[in-house]
Amino acid sequence: MNSNQLIESFRKFLPAEAVLHAAEDLRPYECDALSAYRQLPMIAVLPRTEAEIAAILQICHTGHIPVVARGSGTGLSGGALPHAEGVLLPLARLNRILEIDPAACTARVQPGVRNLAISEAAAHYGMYYAPDPSSQIACSIGGNVAENSGGVHCLKYGLTVHNILRLRVLTIEGDLLEIGADALDSPGFDLLALMTGSEGMLGIVTEITVKLLPKPETVKLIMATFDDIKKAGEAVASIIQAGIIPAGMEMMDKITIHAVEDFVHAGYDLEGAAILLCESDGMAAEVDDEIERVCAILQASGATRISLAQDEAERQRFWAGRKAAFPAAGRVSPDYYCMDGTIPRKHLAHVLEQIEQLSAEYGLRCMNVFHAGDGNLHPLILYDANQPGELEKAEAFGARILEICIEAGGSLTGEHGVGIEKLNQMCLQFNDAERSRFHAIKAAFDPQLLLNPGKAIPELHRCAEFGAMHVHRGAERFPEIPRF
Amino acid sequence: MQILPEHLINAINAATENKQPLRIRGGGSKDFYGNSQALQHASLLDTSTWQGVVDYEPSELVITARAGTPLVELEKLLHDHGQMLAFEPPYFSASATLGGCVATGLSGPRRAYTGAVRDYVLGTQLLDGQGSILSFGGRVMKNVAGYDVSRLMTGAMGTLGVLLEISLKVLPKPAADRTLCFQASTPEAMAIMRRCATEPLPVSATCFHDDQLYVRLSGAESAVQTAHARLGGDEIKDKDDFWESVRNHTHLFFQEGSAAGKALWRLSIKPTTPPLSLPGKQLIEWGGALRWLVTDEDADAAVIRTHAADAGGHATLFHGDKTTIPVFHPLSPALLKIHQRLKQQFDPAGILNPQRMYTEF
Ligand SMILES: Cc1cc2nc3c(=O)[nH]c(=O)nc-3n(C[C@H](O)[C@H](O)[C@H](O)COP(=O)(O)OP(=O)(O)OC[C@H]3O[C@@H](n4cnc5c(N)ncnc54)[C@H](O)[C@@H]3O)c2cc1C
Repeated sequence: MNSNQLIESFRKFLPAEAVLHAAEDLRPYECDALSAYRQLPMIAVLPRTEAEIAAILQICHTGHIPVVARGSGTGLSGGALPHAEGVLLPLARLNRILEIDPAACTARVQPGVRNLAISEAAAHYGMYYAPDPSSQIACSIGGNVAENSGGVHCLKYGLTVHNILRLRVLTIEGDLLEIGADALDSPGFDLLALMTGSEGMLGIVTEITVKLLPKPETVKLIMATFDDIKKAGEAVASIIQAGIIPAGMEMMDKITIHAVEDFVHAGYDLEGAAILLCESDGMAAEVDDEIERVCAILQASGATRISLAQDEAERQRFWAGRKAAFPAAGRVSPDYYCMDGTIPRKHLAHVLEQIEQLSAEYGLRCMNVFHAGDGNLHPLILYDANQPGELEKAEAFGARILEICIEAGGSLTGEHGVGIEKLNQMCLQFNDAERSRFHAIKAAFDPQLLLNPGKAIPELHRCAEFGAMHVHRGAERFPEIPRF
Repeated sequence: MQILPEHLINAINAATENKQPLRIRGGGSKDFYGNSQALQHASLLDTSTWQGVVDYEPSELVITARAGTPLVELEKLLHDHGQMLAFEPPYFSASATLGGCVATGLSGPRRAYTGAVRDYVLGTQLLDGQGSILSFGGRVMKNVAGYDVSRLMTGAMGTLGVLLEISLKVLPKPAADRTLCFQASTPEAMAIMRRCATEPLPVSATCFHDDQLYVRLSGAESAVQTAHARLGGDEIKDKDDFWESVRNHTHLFFQEGSAAGKALWRLSIKPTTPPLSLPGKQLIEWGGALRWLVTDEDADAAVIRTHAADAGGHATLFHGDKTTIPVFHPLSPALLKIHQRLKQQFDPAGILNPQRMYTEF
């Protein structure tokens, strides 16, 4: 089937404005938030309903046409990068909140609904949807499911996988899978977990039932400054050791503090080597107790300044700095490259030291923001794409950071996904047998490999080539580790 | 004595060659669960000696242990460090192992409030049906590299692989807990349970049976006190024994359910479902989301399953005549197809606990 025939068959049931094929119409879809990778799709088709999605998939299945789903395009790993010979399927028009059931504490929504829109709609009932990625004003819940997105509150409230109950999923073969239930569990395998974080590789999510939580009565935020990032890291460990799970615990290093303070004037202490934000929520008395205990630990850990946000406006201001870290990076540098490794927290100081060394080695600055509670690092590598070779340098630097995370017993991605970006590092984190099971799972849902081909799981031959290259660099850093 | 995975691999290879199904077993505490009779003639694959905590650092909130590790030991170690398995896994007998806990995917009274086993599984090492040792997930809280195979294994009843090692997220033990008791009709109890879900209260378990509603509060002392003042109810003394009896089914209600001539059904449904009118006795947990039903053994399974499905959920035959009634709620054809394909991929010879879950695989 050529592109004209395809367009024709889509137009039989879709208005002309929902079937895009001119280059200028396709341009807005050429990349997600990882803009170093760009590709125009052959066609973009914009459905409004599940039935339309089903019809589109059927045509693509019959014609062996690759399909790439897209939510809001805020992904940071190139997951929604279009396929040159494929159909791009933006789902933003499926943007209705279908039902809020305050008694059952659930909301049933279409995949294109923005993350924040769910909490806004639930606010009427005193409830909210807990996972809150920094991109929450823009990113779609369908994209959140596909990436298993987290947010600054996921230490206490969990990731997307912990906060969804049910999915409707269309497979490329045309089956509608009802996964999960209105109940807390469902019979058979945990396909809800398997779908979550599957990066659009297994099926198209057409409807999501999320859990809502009652809003906590009281929320308080402490900001602590440290003159040494190691001390801040130890403070985090001590808080958890003391049996406290704060609602959020976020850390920033010196260069980040300066970049965001210049940008949003959050009131951060510019003398500090690290700032730790620690939030408590719950019942009033409980929050006061917890804040008191946390302050004592921070003091004992050598914090040089501890401030409690005095009111909601100040709390929002303290957070604004952290949440503006990415745009702040964009202000201090023409381009930045965001990494997403996770590590066991105890290795924090060591990993940060190594990143600092690499920064000197590559001659590129690196800002570090960190979901401190759960060991998720976001090094932001600053570079200038207009300088020949800098992008390549930034990518090489980033790759080294991920390798350090893997060596430290962590993972190459905590919440942004593998996408097109981290395929090589997947070769390091998993061996051939493990990767072939991933391919087997893919084949169970999509035997013809039409959904988002070339993403998330590297082909075995790619790893063979990458492995050869790696050995060439002289390091036997990842010998097949004996497994027991 | 440690049996090393090599022996398990050899057993799998031999089973493949001889087309001899294997029955994977840890401590045997959940031998009754699932279509066990389908494996009557299978050879035993015993994982109970593959024991030991491999890694535990309380400040990381992660514990890694071998599948045969007794749950008692694991929970004791956590307890000594002021931590716990937040999903309160049922033991059913002291022999329960971590592997069986994860493979059955069963969670206890705290489930509706802090999550299920699957919510705490971070990583697994497993042996698949081809005798390959595979590792997925890891020992970190957040990890989206590759598909979430660890959670896929959770509750898969050993049909996709033999669990060797499991990493779990753990939580600090609450500083205080208190159990309140209310005299209530079923609708009154349901209303209080809903209030516990829709208001920000530190509830960690609810249970209703025989006109008594029990609500457990857990958290900071101040939070527990405030919540008690708000909810009312009488504090009970032997709270730990009570929740223990619900968790491990030693409560008289459950004892009746496993008696001869009786059946125990587990209906997992939408929590707001009004009281189900089914013959027999009921015990309600999880804020209404879990309804246990004791009926006569010959009660009509189809009727029970229809009620559960209409209420947005499913029904499992926990105890009863499993020779005539499928244990697990039937899957839709589309879902069954995916299950069969996954089984085919992970266990092409069909030797790992075949039919323990569904007769089709
Ligand atoms: C400034 C900024 C801050 C961010 N902060 C965070 C953060 O704090 N935490 C975090 O986790 N992430 C964060 N992200 C990353 C990103 O926002 C998330 O990954 C988000 O979930 C992507 O959603 P999206 O709708 O934009 O998806 P897209 O980028 O459009 O797509 C992402 C992937 O999902 C697939 N997909 C989308 N919809 C569907 C569907 N309905 N069915 C099947 N597959 C689908 C796509 O094929 C693609 O593989 C941030 C990004 C930016 C730009």
